Amino acid sequence: MSVLVYTESEQGKFKKTALEVASYAKAVAEQMGTTVTAITFNADDTSVLGNHGVDKVLKVTSSELEKFNANGYASAISQAAKKEGSKVVILSSSADSKYLAPLLAINLDAGFASNVVEAPSNVSPFTVKRTAFTNKAFNMTTIDTDVKLVGVSKNAYGVKENAASATAEDFSPNIPELGVHVDSVDKVTGQVTIADAEIVVSAGRGLKGPENWGMIEELAEVLGAATACSKPVSDLGWRPHGEHVGQTGKPVAANLYIAVGISGAIQHLAGINASKVKVVINTDPEAPFFKAADYGIVGDAFEVVPKLIEKLKEFKAQQ
Amino acid sequence: MKILVCISHVPDTTSKINFTDGDTKFDTNGVQFVINPNDEFGLTRAMWFKEKQGAAVTVVNVGGPETEPTLRKALAIGADNAIRVNTEAKDGYQVAKQLANVVKEGGYDLVIAGRESIDYNGGMVPGMIAGLIGANFVTNCISLEIDGTKAKAMREIDGGKETVSTSLPLVIGGQKGLVEESDLRIPNMRGIMMARKKPLEVKEPVDAGTETASVKFEKPAPKGAVKLIDADNVGELVNLLHNEAKVI
Ligand SMILES: Cc1cc2nc3c(=O)[nH]c(=O)nc-3n(C[C@H](O)[C@H](O)[C@H](O)COP(=O)(O)OP(=O)(O)OC[C@H]3O[C@@H](n4cnc5c(N)ncnc54)[C@H](O)[C@@H]3O)c2cc1C
Repeated sequence: MSVLVYTESEQGKFKKTALEVASYAKAVAEQMGTTVTAITFNADDTSVLGNHGVDKVLKVTSSELEKFNANGYASAISQAAKKEGSKVVILSSSADSKYLAPLLAINLDAGFASNVVEAPSNVSPFTVKRTAFTNKAFNMTTIDTDVKLVGVSKNAYGVKENAASATAEDFSPNIPELGVHVDSVDKVTGQVTIADAEIVVSAGRGLKGPENWGMIEELAEVLGAATACSKPVSDLGWRPHGEHVGQTGKPVAANLYIAVGISGAIQHLAGINASKVKVVINTDPEAPFFKAADYGIVGDAFEVVPKLIEKLKEFKAQQ
Repeated sequence: MKILVCISHVPDTTSKINFTDGDTKFDTNGVQFVINPNDEFGLTRAMWFKEKQGAAVTVVNVGGPETEPTLRKALAIGADNAIRVNTEAKDGYQVAKQLANVVKEGGYDLVIAGRESIDYNGGMVPGMIAGLIGANFVTNCISLEIDGTKAKAMREIDGGKETVSTSLPLVIGGQKGLVEESDLRIPNMRGIMMARKKPLEVKEPVDAGTETASVKFEKPAPKGAVKLIDADNVGELVNLLHNEAKVI
């Protein structure tokens, strides 16, 4: 009966989202009067999961599943759910989890709600709040099937500590025909990605050219942030496509989003609505971004950003 | 090669989002509907397969008669024929069931859908179709090449991209990158004239229940006014972010 949660790891280490979905699963389990079981793939030390609400860990160790594979992972997770008799299965909204979720939903005959931002308001009927219209609205959704699948939005629920420990056991699912084979992975390592970042520093066409991104990178470095950009900036080739934020780009659900020289067109704002605190720096006091932001500075990025970097360095030094 | 392109009929990106009937229904008043942007990239890629590799391209939508202008636009862009499954789209599962049935009956080799539609953002329809028909599946797809029954694709992952190989039958969830934005097509007069004569088949739905239900919509709480900080006093921003917003 326990709530099952898929906790993602990379090179054996759990991602922050894994702790967030574990915390979320704990809240659901409490509402349902049951326990939390986590499933992990090739993870090393699972004790941290216990500290975030997990009671039991099913450890899958498999060389075939060394690289993420949607079909393989979905199949293993559904076998775990059946073994545990889980009525609720929880995962994150990373690119990988979003990839495997619909396959898992079909395997389990489970109704799926994605982009969920709060713990269920009710478990019978099972009712969750999710974002819709690219973050321009919320939708209260019921999941009406016996087994329910919930995809939790990043940074929406938060990580909650829980002083407890988890038992661990090995789990060896049958691995199906994978169907899709990874030939190569091209990933920037050592940098905070937009998807994982709590702070994002983003810049637009107001920066005039790619040669001016040094100060944006420096600002991001001081804050431990990821860098991002508006669509025209990536279209012009000033920045890689993976950094483009908005309706047709990446969604950002950061705690802090700093927009420099971005006008705030509706398609851009759609991608950042889920961010908690927004700061805008723009020369034009009429830029639409000022209506969407919490804090604003009307000023030239080339003067304001270097000063901001300096002030932040002073602030960090005092901490 | 027979390609099916799934077309979601969605409010234009600049639409104001409002609700009616006690916030239970989307207010379509004054809203312009368009081909879902993620699907538009897929449709353009399908046109490339048609022109370079002789593929036949069908577009499909699950929805009422009001979605036909969107299908006609896809025909004007160059699809050979269109299918509308005549039922209201209620949830991702019910839509995927209808589409999976179209795929089975039509014997399509490749199904191109968008990674998500910009109205309900469920991101589940393409994967569910693949699961229902037992086809291979690649989402967040930013490039696709087909050679016989073999496929090579690239997909965006968090922090980068990966290259995968797979085989037909295949379902993809496409997005920006699948084709260059400058290659997206706008229907011309000749296309629009020809589209009028192209077949648009109306198919009755198969039995398919829903698994989820929308109870109510909410709009985000209205935002307070922006707090402006003097450009000569940047230190105040740092102070506010630390003490008031508590984000640094
Ligand atoms: C279907 C569709 C989908 C789209 N999807 C997206 C999307 O996903 N993401 C996205 O971003 N856009 C998207 N767009 C484009 C969007 O409409 C805007 O064109 C875009 O967001 C504008 O980018 P920008 O703010 O960088 O550039 P601009 O509009 O050129 O604005 C630049 C801003 O910089 C300011 N500025 C100039 N110099 C300085 C300076 N020295 N210091 C400080 N400020 C300065 C200006 O005042 C201006 O406000 C989409 C458009 C369409 C039609």
